[in-house]
Amino acid sequence: MRSGTLKQILLLTDGCSNRGEDPSVTAALAYQQGITVNVIGILDDDQTEESAELKEIEEISLSGGGVSQIVYSESLSQTVQMVTKQAMTQTLQGFVNKELKQILGSNQTLEDLDPEKRGEIMEVVEDLGETSDLEVLVLVDTSASMHDKLQTVKESLIDLSISLNSRIGRNRFAIYSFPGKRKDIQKVFDWSPKLDAISTIFPKLTSGGITPTGPAIREAMYQFGKKSLLRSLKHEDKSGLEETGY
Amino acid sequence: MKTNRAWKKQDINLRPGLTINGKWHHQRYIIKKKLGEGAVGAVYLCEVNGKLAALKISDKGTSMTVEVNVLKSLQKVQGSRLGPYLLDVDDWVSPYGHMYSFYVMEYLKGEEMSRFIQNNGSAWVGVFMLQLLEDLGRFHQSGWIFGDLKLDNLIVVSSPTRVRFIDVGGTTQIGRAIKEYTEFYDRGYWGMGTRRAEPSYDLFAFVMVFINVFYPKRFERGGQSERILFKRIDDVKALIPYRQVLKNALTGKYLSSAEMKQEITNILYSTQKRRSVRASAKEDAHAQFLMEAGGVTIVAIGYYLFSLLL
Repeated sequence: MRSGTLKQILLLTDGCSNRGEDPSVTAALAYQQGITVNVIGILDDDQTEESAELKEIEEISLSGGGVSQIVYSESLSQTVQMVTKQAMTQTLQGFVNKELKQILGSNQTLEDLDPEKRGEIMEVVEDLGETSDLEVLVLVDTSASMHDKLQTVKESLIDLSISLNSRIGRNRFAIYSFPGKRKDIQKVFDWSPKLDAISTIFPKLTSGGITPTGPAIREAMYQFGKKSLLRSLKHEDKSGLEETGY
Repeated sequence: MKTNRAWKKQDINLRPGLTINGKWHHQRYIIKKKLGEGAVGAVYLCEVNGKLAALKISDKGTSMTVEVNVLKSLQKVQGSRLGPYLLDVDDWVSPYGHMYSFYVMEYLKGEEMSRFIQNNGSAWVGVFMLQLLEDLGRFHQSGWIFGDLKLDNLIVVSSPTRVRFIDVGGTTQIGRAIKEYTEFYDRGYWGMGTRRAEPSYDLFAFVMVFINVFYPKRFERGGQSERILFKRIDDVKALIPYRQVLKNALTGKYLSSAEMKQEITNILYSTQKRRSVRASAKEDAHAQFLMEAGGVTIVAIGYYLFSLLL
């Protein structure tokens, strides 16, 4: 079975946006384009959850159709995976719910079904989650305060790649940082099926002062369409070979 | 975790004495006490029709449904008790109108494995290894990988003494990505393999279970995982007989748990044999000493008589 491709932006940040348009607006735009926006707010060990930050993070993921979570940096790895997987399930469940509404009437969702039927439907959702292709654009906030956390971010992204590449479906990852040099975002790592090559790139990230989260999400959204034709042709070629054992 | 749903809820804390009424099957459960808490929901001891049972409840309906699906398919594996027996699956609407999913399973009363080994001696290590490998083998044969294998998910029940799985939440179909894991037990975390569900994934975690028994505080990864883990195994006296097998499992050398079980059986057999051989060797030495001593005495007596004659 060939399932569709799920598209996600994973935003890793530690603070409030302070420049450009409202990030929940651009997140809503991305969601309209079929791209889910997930947000992970990373706190320092001595930091307490500030309400303004929390609210913004929650707002972005709500309008972006995704999942949000606040964590301390040591538990980042597990959270990154949990958020990504949960967002996949949520998106797929959204499709299923839409179908259910068409079949069963306007107000029926998964929760209104008895546990047995729900179980059968969840099996389908799980199958889809395992076999769907997934594209994740990781958007890393590199404003000054994030500097100490970049090592942890790197480790958790490699870990995410291990987990997702253990699935049956194919994956593609790209990493962008913001703010960029004279741009809203900066390409760190181009679309690729694995993230293990990032170890060498990450320490080179420079930290800036501003946090243009809104414009960064908008730019990130455009990167999903930008994959060059040539490369995608090559990729299809290669994956065609990989799939002979299917 | 905030998910994109209309209803957002807080953590569940059910007080003892509370009655949970099933929305669909109308069974009534009286909460006794909290048994534990995990990534998905909390487990309570409850009473139903005068009998004790374990009730797992959570607001994460999706994850709960997935767990129930696993329990149901394990139940279909004939003649084996791989996980706790599933009694009921239902929803509960709290007095505040929040909806929770819950399922009820048999209550397994027992002791933590590490405490049991502490109290009853490390001779049990080999027994538990064989029991666990046997169960893992049955999981694998029916197409499943246990996934989140760790001390917290094991319990030792008595008469007969047997180690059993209590939480099958991480159980994953072979060939897929491991659903749930704990870093210390995860070969991906140690950089020693993928998170693809295959028998060798469980066997890695199996070794970590026995490492964890002797390092209750666990330890963190460093540069060279293989060397660190090998050293930790070498440093534990109780693990010395098994150390080569454990190291093989860590490096993914076994394709099935049966293979590993066979080698552990051989070790247990040969240590027993060696023990009896050593015992009989001691007797031989004893006899030799007697003969030698006797010989020396005879010679000495001979000498004495000879000197008398002179």
